[in-house]
Amino acid sequence: MALEDPARMAYFLIRRTIGFVLTLLTVSVVVFAVMNVLPGDPALTILGIDASEQALENLRRQLGLNDPVHIRYLNWIGGALQGDFGTSHSFRVPVSELIVERLPMTVSLAISGMVVTIILALVLGVAAAANHGKPGDWGVMFLAQIGIAVPSFWLSILLILLFAVSLQWLPPGGFPGWSDPLGAIRSLILPTAALALVQGAVLARVTRSSALEVMRLDYVRTARASGFSRQRVLWRHVLPNALVPIVTIVGLQFASLVTGTIVIENVFSLPGLGRLIFQSISNRDLPTVQALVMLFAAIVVTVNFIVDVIYVFIDPRLKART
Amino acid sequence: MSGRLPVNLIIGAVLVALVVGVAALSLIWTPHDHAAMTIRNRFQPADGVYWLGTDQLGRDIVSQLMVAARNSMTVALVAVLIGGSIGVMFGLLASALGGWVEDLIMRVADIGFAFPALLFAIMLSAVFGPSLTIAVAAIAFINIPVFARVTRASANQIWMRDYVAAARAAGHGRFAISRDHILPNIAAPVIVQGTIEFAVAILAEAALSYLGLGAQPPSPSWGRMLSEAQTLMFMAPHLAIYPGLCIVIAVLGFSLLGDGLRDITDPRLKRRRA
Repeated sequence: MALEDPARMAYFLIRRTIGFVLTLLTVSVVVFAVMNVLPGDPALTILGIDASEQALENLRRQLGLNDPVHIRYLNWIGGALQGDFGTSHSFRVPVSELIVERLPMTVSLAISGMVVTIILALVLGVAAAANHGKPGDWGVMFLAQIGIAVPSFWLSILLILLFAVSLQWLPPGGFPGWSDPLGAIRSLILPTAALALVQGAVLARVTRSSALEVMRLDYVRTARASGFSRQRVLWRHVLPNALVPIVTIVGLQFASLVTGTIVIENVFSLPGLGRLIFQSISNRDLPTVQALVMLFAAIVVTVNFIVDVIYVFIDPRLKART
Repeated sequence: MSGRLPVNLIIGAVLVALVVGVAALSLIWTPHDHAAMTIRNRFQPADGVYWLGTDQLGRDIVSQLMVAARNSMTVALVAVLIGGSIGVMFGLLASALGGWVEDLIMRVADIGFAFPALLFAIMLSAVFGPSLTIAVAAIAFINIPVFARVTRASANQIWMRDYVAAARAAGHGRFAISRDHILPNIAAPVIVQGTIEFAVAILAEAALSYLGLGAQPPSPSWGRMLSEAQTLMFMAPHLAIYPGLCIVIAVLGFSLLGDGLRDITDPRLKRRRA
């Protein structure tokens, strides 16, 4: 319905886009404010209390700390828009270089985690719904309930104990890089499993209740009555119609996937952005921390925006809400 | 359901009672001094003296787990109370004033969701250095938008009731009505949310402490015990088991309790589930 009315659609998209840009701006102000305006001298934080007054003054000048706050914000955001996030103090290279270097690791983990999460959730959720009220359903619900309570870092430790320490099938951590594809995949198996089992547990519950709702609808009964097999009805009729709430939850859960990736990288010592952010905290490398926090928050905001837009395309009923 | 309590409520209540009970007990009694190090007794196996054995510094595991339970409950309670109170206040305000104030508050709440507790804790730790206070602040902060949303949604429904219209006709102000009529009537959904957020807070504290952004030594924390155990995995794998089990029991308890409370307080949901 919404698609039949391009004017309304355009109005909706423009509104959402403006909202998205405003959100990003607000997030950048918050990040900048917390990292810069709060009491304390960043130069002192970076160099420590033993630093000489001269060194402090040099660093303040280099960081532009003597400029008024709003100029510093504009410089930072202007640079960031052009891909310049300043210079890392501990690594002595541009922050953007560090990001480009470590991005593939983080993206590999996030994508493999997301894909396995979704497969796991759809299969378990639909299977549970198809066996509603039977032992299979109870089993999935029980696992999902436990999965929600298990911290991903503990699950990681248990997986390392079993598969790396006892059985010695997989490496306990580290990443050889994609130049060694087999080694890279082997190194990604446990982190992906830890990420996907926890995230998948939450999503399996949503999939199950969403599929149950669709299965109660008349056309599903009609399809079954017209002689289509149970499996066919489940995958061809129920699942596509159950996808709308699932997409929403995937979007909402993206923030926890990002957090999960940061945690898992640290558990397995994977050289990605999540590991970099913690190295930067211990190195008191404020420009790097600031850039990475902004990057992670921007990714979350962007994905939520994309999900919002997709939502309208897959569910025309939403027209009423615009 | 006819008068019977839902299973999740009962299991949740039992687990919560267990964890809170142990945490309270640790105030007056633990089998050993949780911080007492006796290097001679390091890596003791479980026996009659050390029920779950000792760690790499000869500290009693059970005593540490008990004190860690108390720390975890305290962090969750303080964080959810602070974040919840501020969030409820904003939610009530949004609902009472409506119009652009409501829009603004809810928009800002949306933005708050873009900040996972971990990112917030990372920023604060980079500026001030990691501490338990920062973990509490970060967890409290992410609770504000959650409670603001729940409060506003529930409060908007109450504002449409006849007795609220009557109170307005009788000349009561928006804030007086919010305090006297709205707040008591949204207590149930807020308490349900609080219970669920308690579980989230326990999980968040454990993760932050595991990553070194929460409880600092020597204060015991389940998360930190796990990060220490990870370095000793080849020598003493059992150390990595118990703290994780404690986290699962505590989180499971509060989330089941929250689900159960929602089932008995929200009749609409009850009918759908039956």
